[in-house]
Amino acid sequence: MTPTGGTDPDPANGDVGLAGARGGSFAPSAGPPVGPARSRRKQLRSAARSLGAVPFLGYVVIFLLWPTVLVVAGAFATDSGETTLDNVRTVVSTGAYLNAFKGSLELSAATALAGGILGGLLAWAVAEGDPDGVLRRAVLAVSGVLAQFGGVMLAFGFLATYGYSGLVTLVVQHLFGLSPYATAGWIYSFFGLGVVYTFFQIPLMVLIFLPALDGLQSQWREASDNLGGNAWAYWRHVAGPILAPSFIGALLLLFVNAFSAYATAAALISQGSPIVPLQIRTYMQSELVIGQANVGKALAFGMVVVVIIVMSLHALLQRRTAKWAS
Amino acid sequence: MTAAVRKTRPVRRRRFQLRSMTRWVVFGVVGVYLLLPLVAMLEFSTRDVGWSRSFAAWRDIGVNRELLGAVTLSLELAALTVIGMLVLLTPTMVWVHLRVPRLRRVIEFICLLPLSIPAIVLVVGLAPVYSWVNYIFGDSPLLLAYVYVILVLPYAYRAIHASLLAVDIETLSEAARGLGASWPQVFIRIVVPAIRGGLLSASVLAIALVLGEFTISSLLNYDTLQVIVNLLGLRNAGVSVAVSLAALIFGFVLLFVVSTVGSRRRRVVRAAAQAEGVNGSDS
Repeated sequence: MTPTGGTDPDPANGDVGLAGARGGSFAPSAGPPVGPARSRRKQLRSAARSLGAVPFLGYVVIFLLWPTVLVVAGAFATDSGETTLDNVRTVVSTGAYLNAFKGSLELSAATALAGGILGGLLAWAVAEGDPDGVLRRAVLAVSGVLAQFGGVMLAFGFLATYGYSGLVTLVVQHLFGLSPYATAGWIYSFFGLGVVYTFFQIPLMVLIFLPALDGLQSQWREASDNLGGNAWAYWRHVAGPILAPSFIGALLLLFVNAFSAYATAAALISQGSPIVPLQIRTYMQSELVIGQANVGKALAFGMVVVVIIVMSLHALLQRRTAKWAS
Repeated sequence: MTAAVRKTRPVRRRRFQLRSMTRWVVFGVVGVYLLLPLVAMLEFSTRDVGWSRSFAAWRDIGVNRELLGAVTLSLELAALTVIGMLVLLTPTMVWVHLRVPRLRRVIEFICLLPLSIPAIVLVVGLAPVYSWVNYIFGDSPLLLAYVYVILVLPYAYRAIHASLLAVDIETLSEAARGLGASWPQVFIRIVVPAIRGGLLSASVLAIALVLGEFTISSLLNYDTLQVIVNLLGLRNAGVSVAVSLAALIFGFVLLFVVSTVGSRRRRVVRAAAQAEGVNGSDS
């Protein structure tokens, strides 16, 4: 076995790491290495190959992991850097913070459920159609934009629709003579926030849930039909149980999505902070409260804890599903 | 037997009709919910006194200095983010995919991590990191691209990952290596062309994300597009709504074009497989 020949394209000579991290190249060995020496070489080589990922990992450490560590560490530190539980204690004992967490959890749960059901229906309607059709691609493209990149723009969309001088408000005023102040106030309330959140949950549900629906095979439907099952029997005994884990998994992702969202709420609500991200905004914008500088980090840490719990549930669910499916 | 067939056919047809009716009701109801705000944005941004229409707000986009500055900044950030993402992620993913498979799960986990760390949390910890970045590189809003590369990782990862699985990169690169190509040659001349569809959709998603980003730029006090849109909304709602709609439509067109390119390629691949008599399922 020569180092350069054969089917194994080993980086034996002149091989430079793709990401530029691997400076050196392996010197061609004098003879074919045997026994333990060979396996050690193999280990060494594989370790050296891993170095190719170093620039990427380094970057992620600086701009993702390090900030996260700062948040977590800051949550348990005083302004001068000593370890303390005071920040967490402040969060747990302050009514406004507790209410914000309660608000965030309620908002996320309610909009995950509403968006999950409506989005699930839309995904089904799309899945029934032509897999390469214009309709499907248009729905997916719209969903991609609205679910992931809307933010502030969606808030303006809703204000243009249901705000004090929004289209629907004006139409209602024109048709029924109702004053805008009677019909448009809700959009600025907590309920209005829920309606806007549901708006971006629906397209995300479509993106997440469509692959699961595409996995349903038409033979299952035919089998159910041929055995005399009606639509209800098919959904109750075949499609329902198959889709249930994906559906619940999708709801968990929607929950995290709403829980993490900031832009829409920030654009819509300028006074008061009914949810945690807006409490963090208040903290970021007025950082100089003495002795409280790290309370914002404790709030952020609380968010991380909630997200980790939900994502762990999601991972657990996925592992179960994978085991069941294989 | 024939009696049974005669009996089930109308039932099936009725059920089919019911299904397609339900389908269109769903499209109608959810569609109105999703599209009404977009229609209202168009109406709102062209509103004039009385019942006449005016495009003044749309024309204002072109003359509003603040807005034009923000659009330029966001486009520059989008370009830098795409370059950063491609340079950082593509070689790493390809290298790990081909040579270090045991790291695949690690890379996947890291790339999907930003989905679990909310931007609003990240920005709290980023403030001190960015004071260092500013100290080293000077204070420029373009430095936001560093963290934007992180934000686009999950989307970019999925797009590139899917295209790596769709082509048999292992065989192609082995063949190239066997013919004497160096790794950089394999990467640039074999792998990149083979996965260009994935790279394209990763880039498009990155552009859309950067143009819509608000959380981090607003809390780090940089005047990106969304920050200015939000600011203008308080003074001149018409322009804000017009720009928002324009940005949404721009994003939609980008994604639609990419999906069209993707589905055409899928169709070509499928047709080729059929022509060869390969009875393959599209994966």
